[in-house]
Amino acid sequence: MVLEAIWFFLWGLLWALFFMTDGFDFGVGTLYPFLGKSDEDKRKMINSLGPLWDGNEVWLITAGGVTFAAFPLVYAVMFSSLYTALMLILFALILRGVSFEFRGKVDHPAWRKVWDACIFIGSFAPALLFGVAFGNIFQGVPINQEGIFQGNLFTLLNPYGILSGLLFVALFLVHGALWLAIKTDGDLHDRAAATANRLWPVLLGVSVVFLIATTMFTPLYGNYLAYPVLFLVPLAAVAALLGVKFFLARQAYFKAWFSSAATIVFCTFFGVVGLFPNLFPSSIDPAYSLTAFNASSSPLTLRIMLIVVILFIPVVLVYQIWAYFMFSKKLTEEDLSLEEAY
Amino acid sequence: MDVVLLSRLQFAAATMFHFLFVPLTLGLSIIIAVMETRYVQTNDELYLRMTKFWGKLFLINFALGVVTGITLEFQFGTNWSRYSAYVGDIFGSLLAIEATVAFFLESTFIGIWIFGWKKLSKKAHAAVMWLVAIGGNVSAFWILVANGWMQHPVGYVIRNGRAELSDFGAVITNKFAILEFVHTVPAAMVLSAFFVMGISAYHLLKKQHVAFATKSFNMALIFGLVASIVVAATGDMHAVHVTETQPAKLAAMESHWETQTQAPIVLFAIPDEENEKNLIEIGRIPYLLSLLGFHDINAEVKGLRDFPKDERPPVLITLFSFRIMVALGTLFPLLTIIGMFLRKRLLDHPWYLWIMLFSIPLPYIAIELGWVLAEVGRQPWIVYGLLKTSDAASPVASSQVLGSLMAFILVYGLLGLVGFYLIIKNAIKGPEPADA
Repeated sequence: MVLEAIWFFLWGLLWALFFMTDGFDFGVGTLYPFLGKSDEDKRKMINSLGPLWDGNEVWLITAGGVTFAAFPLVYAVMFSSLYTALMLILFALILRGVSFEFRGKVDHPAWRKVWDACIFIGSFAPALLFGVAFGNIFQGVPINQEGIFQGNLFTLLNPYGILSGLLFVALFLVHGALWLAIKTDGDLHDRAAATANRLWPVLLGVSVVFLIATTMFTPLYGNYLAYPVLFLVPLAAVAALLGVKFFLARQAYFKAWFSSAATIVFCTFFGVVGLFPNLFPSSIDPAYSLTAFNASSSPLTLRIMLIVVILFIPVVLVYQIWAYFMFSKKLTEEDLSLEEAY
Repeated sequence: MDVVLLSRLQFAAATMFHFLFVPLTLGLSIIIAVMETRYVQTNDELYLRMTKFWGKLFLINFALGVVTGITLEFQFGTNWSRYSAYVGDIFGSLLAIEATVAFFLESTFIGIWIFGWKKLSKKAHAAVMWLVAIGGNVSAFWILVANGWMQHPVGYVIRNGRAELSDFGAVITNKFAILEFVHTVPAAMVLSAFFVMGISAYHLLKKQHVAFATKSFNMALIFGLVASIVVAATGDMHAVHVTETQPAKLAAMESHWETQTQAPIVLFAIPDEENEKNLIEIGRIPYLLSLLGFHDINAEVKGLRDFPKDERPPVLITLFSFRIMVALGTLFPLLTIIGMFLRKRLLDHPWYLWIMLFSIPLPYIAIELGWVLAEVGRQPWIVYGLLKTSDAASPVASSQVLGSLMAFILVYGLLGLVGFYLIIKNAIKGPEPADA
């Protein structure tokens, strides 16, 4: 029982880390056509992500892999139920990844335009669709007793799902704008900072609507009402969100970015804590829901995987933090003139 | 069309496309790491230019390999959910370990390598490339352990209506998986060596970048020679093990219908699966199948007729992919041995350079066919002897799978063309001039 519960929260943690890291990549990619006025701006934007996005994306692979390893039935039912949405996300991620590499390889405006469009779609679509997917998980998905999904892509595009998608987009936009403010100077920096300032109230508004809508559309608050101490999680999210504004007003972009990262992590955990022990709840009958206890792997597998994760995830964190420090300084002319730069 | 067939087509398309890029990533990362290490040791600018030039081609290829790999990890859930639920306890954990232990390493350090030229010392930068190479090859190990388990499941019990792990040690020391690893990774090196030799041959034929191309060619030649011999040797060991563990695959590889001792090998055959015989047989060598399969001419080799019809793999595909792979696998050591004799005066032997230039696609064909053999030859099983492919697909609508299959073909087709174009363009352009 304890092992399953540990894995439930590790599962949530890996998704949270994915949203926290790749989230600013999605944000920068979505802002790309709006803030990238010149080719130089555009290059600065993608080169600000250049060294990090690939490592960030592995958090998704790991979150997916851990779902498979620890909760195979959830992996099977969730990904086949969300078939079309997930395929759209995957194709978007494919386009985003190759665009970074391909864009600068041929010096022709039409060529760059194609990849510019792919960068935007490949960033915006996953941001929105991950939100839609999680919104649907929060409110329950129509799966029957055999775990077969009784709906289609449009079933998922319900008001709460879309609201959740917008929340993700807003979170990532602020996160991305802050990253740009850290990584650039001059005009682009000023516009990135101004964008973060303008988007913050929007994010606050969407968050409030989301928290209220959650009471109406989902059973997430059940756990919180049973154990009121858990309200510390959403409170931490709110505090972190206010922290973003606080540091933004003082032009402390690093601290603002950390606050934004914390906001994303606590937002994810707000959902995860509310879901417990459900991983993929059924909206048809709660008895059909897949939980940490009825969909998990054998205790042996859970134990072995726990050892692997405890040994290796800290190592990964150490070298990723090292990489972040190495590449947290403002982009220079030298960085952009590097032969390998995007 | 039914969901199983569409899902199989989609998986085949996605995997085979992904595997166009993986082997070069595995092998070339090591070759580049060696080049950069030589640069650190000798301070010779030529090695730096080699690192940069081959690195550029590597990165275009790497981007395609990475993005097409993401879909694979999720396709088990989207398209093979019954399989995933049945084997996730074992198979899923291997994929998760791969991501945690290896893929993180490769993906994080490749970013550092690309953008870290001015931020790291020479030594540290070269070490980063080694981490990329190690990450990639360790990743291959875990993926092959996962595939090896599908080929020859070990260390499990059937409990709670699924396969559950009972012995993790047995899973990761599965002989089938180890043989796949020592066959596939050197095969990837052969492919990478031929890639480097072929492009170098192009420049030598044009009499340009001669010192650069000669040095690259000769370095790759050593890798190619050693790796192609290892591939042939481990291929033989692998075939013997298949004989023991997957007799139906062996029978299909040889289009061998009748159970017999002192079984012969037929060099070329066209099977008639309906009437359970060969339509055409050319070049019958007595005893050889017993000898190769069991290292004993009197050994009995079970024929396809003694397997139930619904437990036989498609014979034609299995047979031909095996035959062509072996023919090519025999050619590679020969070509590299010839190269060892000519390596000091490559420019005097344009015929050899032409052959090497046009040999670039051959290891690609061989390695893809090796996978066709492994996967098609395992049919009708998705996990050999345990779960049939027809029982493994997701309960999704065939229209959904048809839609995603068409998207795969369209997107991958376009990306493949673009990637192909960029690699050729940059390969032909050649390295930057020495003083740059």
